[in-house]
Amino acid sequence: MKRLLTLLLCLCTFVGFSAEPTKTGEKGESFNPGEVILHHVADSHEWHWFSTDNSNFVTYLPIIAYQPGKGLSVFSSKHIAEGETYGNFKLEEEKLVTTDGSKVYDFSITKNVAALAMSSLVLLLVFSSVAKSYRRRAGQAPSGLQNALEPFVLFIRDEVAKKSIGPKYERYMPYLLTVFFFIWFNNLLGLTPGAANLTGNIAVTGALAILTLIITLFSANKNYWGHIFAPPGVPWPLYIIMVPVELVGVIVKPFSLMIRLFANITAGHIIILSFISLIFIFRSAATGFLSVPFGLFISLLELLVSILQAYIFTLLTAMYIGSAVEEHHHDDAHSHDEDFGTAEQRGGGSNFTHFGQPDVAAH
Amino acid sequence: MNLITPEFGLLFWQTLIFLLLFLLLAKFAWKPILGSLKDREDSIDQALKMAEQAKLEMQSLKAGNEKLLADARHERDQMLKEGQNIANQLIEKAKTSATEEANRITQQAREAIQQEKNQALAEVKNTAAQLSVDIAERVLRRELADPAAQQKLVDEYLKDVKLN
Repeated sequence: MKRLLTLLLCLCTFVGFSAEPTKTGEKGESFNPGEVILHHVADSHEWHWFSTDNSNFVTYLPIIAYQPGKGLSVFSSKHIAEGETYGNFKLEEEKLVTTDGSKVYDFSITKNVAALAMSSLVLLLVFSSVAKSYRRRAGQAPSGLQNALEPFVLFIRDEVAKKSIGPKYERYMPYLLTVFFFIWFNNLLGLTPGAANLTGNIAVTGALAILTLIITLFSANKNYWGHIFAPPGVPWPLYIIMVPVELVGVIVKPFSLMIRLFANITAGHIIILSFISLIFIFRSAATGFLSVPFGLFISLLELLVSILQAYIFTLLTAMYIGSAVEEHHHDDAHSHDEDFGTAEQRGGGSNFTHFGQPDVAAH
Repeated sequence: MNLITPEFGLLFWQTLIFLLLFLLLAKFAWKPILGSLKDREDSIDQALKMAEQAKLEMQSLKAGNEKLLADARHERDQMLKEGQNIANQLIEKAKTSATEEANRITQQAREAIQQEKNQALAEVKNTAAQLSVDIAERVLRRELADPAAQQKLVDEYLKDVKLN
């Protein structure tokens, strides 16, 4: 059943993506794959579902703009679609600007914000129902959705939180679970046709990374700060180099989290879209015999990547928290060294992480 | 370039909605789920421990039972042995007393026979004496008439006596 669903989703993905370029083809414009792909990957003020030969199916989302001195304006994005102006607002490459060039803060409910709200609702519904079945079936074997999601909860608890954070793991479980399921669900939803590329948006991954940073800093103990401002086993003149590097490391860790998730998800979308675009670049349906299998393969790979990236983000978050709350240093350095290696292999991640761990090299 | 510049609005909404989601999930989902998982694990642990304990108890109970059984068997054997002994003794005693009784009865019989015999002999003696006296008396009576007849009678009587 699950496999069938997956297949269906993959097929739908192609339908959804391939619908868009026909529009440009109809109009006789030259097909610009870069533009189409970026349009699909980026955020938007309207929710474009699909287009037929003579009409677009679009949901216009509300614009909420704040101008210092002028206050809040709320209106539908329909008024500024297709390059129109409304009041002194207009859209320039999906960016809300004013005609007079004055400053404007865009709090619009964009496609991503709408998708975010909906996926949050889905998460709430799913997990409150799971929680309800735990209460209802207390002392019994798990069943249904509860049974399906329990292994993941247990995995996060036993393999991620307990191993990376240690005895104080329980405090951080809610955050780790929320992050894991939020990223996983949104990665999967991002693969469905017509949906927003939420976890492939740098603002979303950035917000998650900032929360991880804040939690890490607020749970850091004396040991953690000691390692930053007075790295043990290092002669004091080296502090001039070490302390800034350590401080940079504090920022680079969440930065790598942000980039890794964003890049992995967006790259996957771009690859699938590129394969589909090949059909329109060559203007031949026969290209489909190449594009469809390759696209299908990448789609299946993306299914794997969606849970893998959720796992990596959660694991690294747990490890950062773990290093902040850990009391002893030596086993810490060892486990970090290992885990960073695997994380980089899987995530195709950044080299920045090593700068965060100069004390590892020192040992 | 748009792709890697975070939008302020989305950052704002993401932080707000994610924090809301986190708080709601923490309260309504993670707390009951993690609590239930922990409870279940505890109860499984406890059940396993109890099973182990029950097994040990069972073993000790079984050992106790076996000991009890062995004791009972031993006691039964002893009782049987004792019973046998007592029975043997009784039989022996009965035999001895029976023999004694038989001997006593035989003795008594023998004595009675002796007595009877003596009595009979005495009686015979008496009878013989009486007879002698009678003969003598008769002889004495005939003597007066005829001495030859007397002799003849004596002979006759003597002949009779011999016949007796």
